[in-house]
Amino acid sequence: MAPTFSEKALAQKSGKESVVPGQIVTVKPDHLLMHDNAAPITSKITSELDEYGVVSNELPIIVLDHVIPAASEKTAINHQKIREFVNKFKIKNFFDIGEGICHQVVVEKGLGLPGKLILGSDSHTCSYGAVGCFATGIDRTEAASLLLTGETWLKVPQSIRMTLKGKLKPPVASKDLILHIIGDMRADGATYCSVEYHGDVKSLSIEDRFTIANMGVEMGAKNSAFPVDDLTKNYFDTIGVSSDSYKPVWADSDAQYFLEKEYDLSEIEPVVAFPHTVDNVKNISEAKGIYVNQCLIGTCTNGRLEDLSAAAKILEGRKVDSSTRLLILPASSKIYQEALDKGIIKSFVEAGAVILPPGCGPCLGAHQGALAPGEKCISTANRNFKGRMGCKDAEIYLASPATVTASALTGFISDPREVA
Amino acid sequence: MKVWKYGDSINTDMLFPGKYCYTCSTIDEIKPHLLEDLDANFAKEVKEGDIIFAGRNFGCGSSREQPVLGLKAFGIKAVVAESFARIFYRAAINQGLVLIENPEAVKAYTGSEEVSLDLEKGELFVGDNKFTFPPLPPEIKAIAEAGGLLEYTKKKLKEQK
Repeated sequence: MAPTFSEKALAQKSGKESVVPGQIVTVKPDHLLMHDNAAPITSKITSELDEYGVVSNELPIIVLDHVIPAASEKTAINHQKIREFVNKFKIKNFFDIGEGICHQVVVEKGLGLPGKLILGSDSHTCSYGAVGCFATGIDRTEAASLLLTGETWLKVPQSIRMTLKGKLKPPVASKDLILHIIGDMRADGATYCSVEYHGDVKSLSIEDRFTIANMGVEMGAKNSAFPVDDLTKNYFDTIGVSSDSYKPVWADSDAQYFLEKEYDLSEIEPVVAFPHTVDNVKNISEAKGIYVNQCLIGTCTNGRLEDLSAAAKILEGRKVDSSTRLLILPASSKIYQEALDKGIIKSFVEAGAVILPPGCGPCLGAHQGALAPGEKCISTANRNFKGRMGCKDAEIYLASPATVTASALTGFISDPREVA
Repeated sequence: MKVWKYGDSINTDMLFPGKYCYTCSTIDEIKPHLLEDLDANFAKEVKEGDIIFAGRNFGCGSSREQPVLGLKAFGIKAVVAESFARIFYRAAINQGLVLIENPEAVKAYTGSEEVSLDLEKGELFVGDNKFTFPPLPPEIKAIAEAGGLLEYTKKKLKEQK
């Protein structure tokens, strides 16, 4: 049987000729991602670490991003414990606060490469499918076990083929596309499955693909996957990773799929995910006029240069409406610097926006921009669950950077095609 | 024994709010916040041996182990749902929390039926209706039998030594 991306990748990684969906295989991931949760993970195995050590100091990638800079003594101690662990076991890939959001950093540093297998103790690990990496989320205990043994089991997923046709019509963005797909598939439509993107993917930049792959888990997917093409190779060239250092894997053209879907990109319109589920997706026309107290552009979904640049273009010397506040969260220090060089940050500051350090910011409700009861926030993040931004009596709407910017200018959810 | 019934897409923020993720780490810190934004009575009234029934996609959202640790510590006998999100499912295997994926059993429970569960036989009774669930695959069973993934890993490391 002709294999899909995931069947091929997992066969390679488990040393088998071929595998079938449902089969359980033992794999040794190329990397294990952890973030601020590295301290709770390593504290589960303190004595075992002393006895056996870390299986390889090149396996872990640790990025401090969730609560940075530390918001309290407790979170400061958490970071302190992680730095101690890193020093003690000479962990090679450690990125301290300010470097960026873990998922951006993994790809930017050339660690998430085509054909690699990465497991991460974070659900949005599926992001690296944007560059043809098999990547999926696991829990803290499994991460602890991997630190000791370097191996775990994976069930070979069934695969879904998404065929994309045509081109998006700006300011319609990849965020609108993936929200549209999730609204169609629903929050559990791809549960346990691998989601592959085929068709006219060339019209989607690496950043677009990142946004789409990132949100795979919001329809339940185990992983997302894009083919490796010239755009991918160019991207890696620009960050100094030569094509000799990775080996792309892709599905056979006659692979068998559990489900096949087709989307016409030219028909996608701006959409908004209403509270409190990501699949509660409606056309922008149904959201227009809803007041917003806070507008957030950033996170691992939409904090890249194209996102910030799209937002700055819409602002064009105008001010954020006095009834709302605009928070900007670059996904990494590298992106922050590029945005500074291009004058994008200047235009945000002049518009009255607040720039947050490159990290997760208010996305998980732990600090920096938490909401009050009755408040509404429009955000480019990937989740709008009740309580997500720190308050169960607040509402979160998800949209593209363009829609969030248009809304910041008016104080109400606005169609970027009308404000631009 | 009480049955706690919830709907579809009970996500990890409802099971354990993200704002506590880096401030509550011990089981005693976790327990009072369990299901806080979903059902404020749960943490106060839950008893050992209780069962949770839920709809589709239980545990969707973040990789968040605290709800699994909390439910296990409270002595929840099983979570029966129409379906589970995969990271939650894996986390439950790793802690030895019993999850039963059975949409028919969930639909059969309307709120008043007597519920009983025999894990050995793989049988769940909801009123007069009997539902069976398959045994775990051997790879997963080995983890459960060791008492969770870390115990399994520690045992394996000792054997290799």
